[in-house]
Amino acid sequence: MTELPLWAAIAVAFFLILGAGLTLIGSIGLLRLRSFYDRLHAPTLGTSWGALATILASVIFFSISERRLVLHDLVIGFFIMCTTPVTLMLLGRAALYRDRSENTPVVTPSDTE
Amino acid sequence: MSGTILLVATLVAQGMLVIAMLLAVLRILRGPRAQDRVLGLDTLYVNAMLLLITMGIRTGSIFFFEASLIIGVLGFVSTLALAKFLMRGEVIE
Amino acid sequence: MKRILPHPFLALLLLIVWLVLTRFTPGQFILGAAVALVASRAMSALEPTPITLRKVHRIPVLLGVLVVDIARSNFDVARLILNGGRHGKRRSGMIEIELETRNRTALALLAIIVTATPGTAWLGWNPRRGVLLLHVFDLVEEADWKDLIKNRYEKALREILE
Repeated sequence: MTELPLWAAIAVAFFLILGAGLTLIGSIGLLRLRSFYDRLHAPTLGTSWGALATILASVIFFSISERRLVLHDLVIGFFIMCTTPVTLMLLGRAALYRDRSENTPVVTPSDTE
Repeated sequence: MSGTILLVATLVAQGMLVIAMLLAVLRILRGPRAQDRVLGLDTLYVNAMLLLITMGIRTGSIFFFEASLIIGVLGFVSTLALAKFLMRGEVIE
Repeated sequence: MKRILPHPFLALLLLIVWLVLTRFTPGQFILGAAVALVASRAMSALEPTPITLRKVHRIPVLLGVLVVDIARSNFDVARLILNGGRHGKRRSGMIEIELETRNRTALALLAIIVTATPGTAWLGWNPRRGVLLLHVFDLVEEADWKDLIKNRYEKALREILE
């Protein structure tokens, strides 16, 4: 491992721990929360700041250790940002359809109208 | 000094991400509904992607980046297909 | 111009992604430009609605607001997960919000914003009534969430896109 200046090492370490910690909390939520719709919120911790912090750590590390701007990790960030809404939206709608077709009580405001 | 900080931080981050992956696997196994399992799979692949980025920082090699990109693409497509199947496979429209 | 480059934003984005994934050399620039030209013309087969940008200077403001908002709601949701939802007192629920915009691009961007923010999940949008169905993780005050979506995000998106 190449020797980084101390401030860069501390920044990389901070963002790494922050990202991994948020992702871990999201996964704990995925396991602990009771209803499916609550659990739908848990992975977004990992896909928003969890991913962003990890990617920032990687960008800082490689940019300094290779002495040129290495931005390719931002592509992963952009990719996560565009794909997560699609998967979570489809999953939420699939769950809503399934609950309604099985007559499981799901309280949406227009059902009570 | 900075090498030690980075080593400890990457090890801790990797440990946390591995635990996060295990929790997602537990959710896949436990269910109870199919959509919970698909959500667990979605979380699992995002966690695996972040783990590979962290691994890239620890080894200082940029090749892990390509692996994580492939995991991302395949995970996205598989989750999408499964969610679409859940919506159209059983529901009478 | 329109015939050679039907989707300039998409072509530019593809070129940037190509250069970021490889290295910034003249050869890669030519190769990336060729790929961007061909690939962005393939997009015409999908007949997307054209995008017009009105107030471009509002985009950085919105991005700044979003980074802070997402960080804050990350913190809130993380705390709620760790303390067991205020020890069992947290209440989640669905809310309906009547949106004014019918612009597909604005709706797509709103979906990305809502889903990227922990604490809100997009469940559906009714194209006939223009009503958005959201699931909110910590539903303390319904009016606050409606105000946030409508007055902060929808207004900014409409100013940029309509």
